[in-house]
Amino acid sequence: MNRRSVIRALPVTPALVLLLLFLAGPIAYCAWIAFTDLQLTGQAESSFVGFDNFRTAFQDAEFLNAVWLTLVFTVVSSLIGQNTLGLALAALMQRASKPVRTLTGGIVITAWVLPEVVAGFLLYAFFRKEGTLNALLGLLHLPSQNWLFTLPILAVSFANVWRGTAFSMLVYTAALGEIPKEITEAAEVDGAGGWRRMWHITLPMIRRSIGTNLMLNTLQTLSVFGLIWVMTRGGPGDRSQTLPLFMYEQAFQNSMIGYGTAVALLLLLVGSVFSVVYMRLLRTEV
Amino acid sequence: MAATHLADRRRNRRLAADAGLLAVAAAFVLPLAWVVLSALDPHADLRVKAPDGITLENFDAILTSEITFTPLLNSLILCGGATLLTVVCAALAAYPLSRFRSRLNRPFLLSILFATSLPITAIMVPVYALFVQVDLIDTLQGTILFFAASQLPFAIWLMKNFMDGVPKELEEAAWTDGAGSLQSLTRIVLPLMGPGVAVVTVFSFVMMWGNFFVPFMLLLTPDQMPASVSINEFFGNRGMVAYGQLAAFSIVYSTPVILLYVLIARRLGGGFALGGAVKG
Repeated sequence: MNRRSVIRALPVTPALVLLLLFLAGPIAYCAWIAFTDLQLTGQAESSFVGFDNFRTAFQDAEFLNAVWLTLVFTVVSSLIGQNTLGLALAALMQRASKPVRTLTGGIVITAWVLPEVVAGFLLYAFFRKEGTLNALLGLLHLPSQNWLFTLPILAVSFANVWRGTAFSMLVYTAALGEIPKEITEAAEVDGAGGWRRMWHITLPMIRRSIGTNLMLNTLQTLSVFGLIWVMTRGGPGDRSQTLPLFMYEQAFQNSMIGYGTAVALLLLLVGSVFSVVYMRLLRTEV
Repeated sequence: MAATHLADRRRNRRLAADAGLLAVAAAFVLPLAWVVLSALDPHADLRVKAPDGITLENFDAILTSEITFTPLLNSLILCGGATLLTVVCAALAAYPLSRFRSRLNRPFLLSILFATSLPITAIMVPVYALFVQVDLIDTLQGTILFFAASQLPFAIWLMKNFMDGVPKELEEAAWTDGAGSLQSLTRIVLPLMGPGVAVVTVFSFVMMWGNFFVPFMLLLTPDQMPASVSINEFFGNRGMVAYGQLAAFSIVYSTPVILLYVLIARRLGGGFALGGAVKG
């Protein structure tokens, strides 16, 4: 490299230093302490324990429970909920009248812009025994129940749908807007019904947006902490304890930093896999 | 005949679409209605109901320095500082990436893109352990630096995409007049991409303002806590939960980010610039 290109690259330095020290550093540190028995307090030195933490994890019923709940949370709230509802909203908005479109868009986006903890409180109030959902069920003479106790993982999944659908809606609104009108109109004149147009024309044309959206939703959902923390603290017991909450509990309630970090590393690896797939998708698009 | 038939069908479809959207809107608005009505209700509880009279008591009760002003000021220092750092670093880094060709651009941008999608939640335990070792735990500056680093990948990515949209010709004229990179960046490029810089700034700020986990892990002293963490006090130590006050605080704490979002959404003609940027 000659002197000129060094000078030209200089402005990248502050960002590079920050990223190396505060992002790459912790990730490297994570990869190291996941293989030690580091604890929170009262221990002078930690020692290298190889794959012990991972072995412990895969024999730990609580860990496997957290993996299962993370899977349920991701599939229900991200893959099925946010993605499908977002697409449905975007498709309906194309046909709806402007005031209804603006109103609905405004409400759904407000839910998305609210701080995570506030969203948590709002949905905590909604699902509580004394809350709005049971009041509505009462009006319809349906049995009420304590949702946060009977079905905590579904309650937090619905909360995540409420909070996250706007993103999918916006991505799909942009994607549908790019489909030339002539194509759908031609199909309409040919007598193709709404569902068939959706299935045979619209979905194939926006498949890349679907891929991108699914990836980003999944990555976002994998790292949800505050929403669940506020609504249930991962409970009752461990019945809504997804991996981030499990990791936090091991590291801080049980003081097992090494073990908690091993779980974090697994989460990071799953995230990386999704991340690489996402980059692949972008490359075919750009 | 066929034409009126088609028009009829379109109108029916519009009505069906309106009905569908309104149903979803009704479901989505319930939690929002709860927070607004409860904040004004002297006897708020957990369900949506017409308030027993309208009062500003709840706001009165929370607008004290201990409950509201100190946490909001902490949030402002934390998120403002980190946003400033993020935007400055991102603008500086984006300039050579957007303007000069280099063998290193592609690997750097790919790493950045990779980092944008990493779950930051996962590294908070090691960050905590690291911060304890280097004595940055429970400091505002440490938290600001981490916030900035965690937001930088996306900020650089966005900034570079916006910068690519500014034509090179104007700067080339400035270069021949002897202006350096830094001058071209601050005098020519950044003013031309005002909306882009606004989007990066607002987006970073909104993300940090709402973030709970990072300050929850890295700060310990209650006096330093931003609003995202201090809001939990309504549940914890104050005994009986005053839902009306909790709702009032939620509104005060959420209003800035809602206003900021409206501001950039307006400026960009309601279009979703972030969606476009996310798609590459």
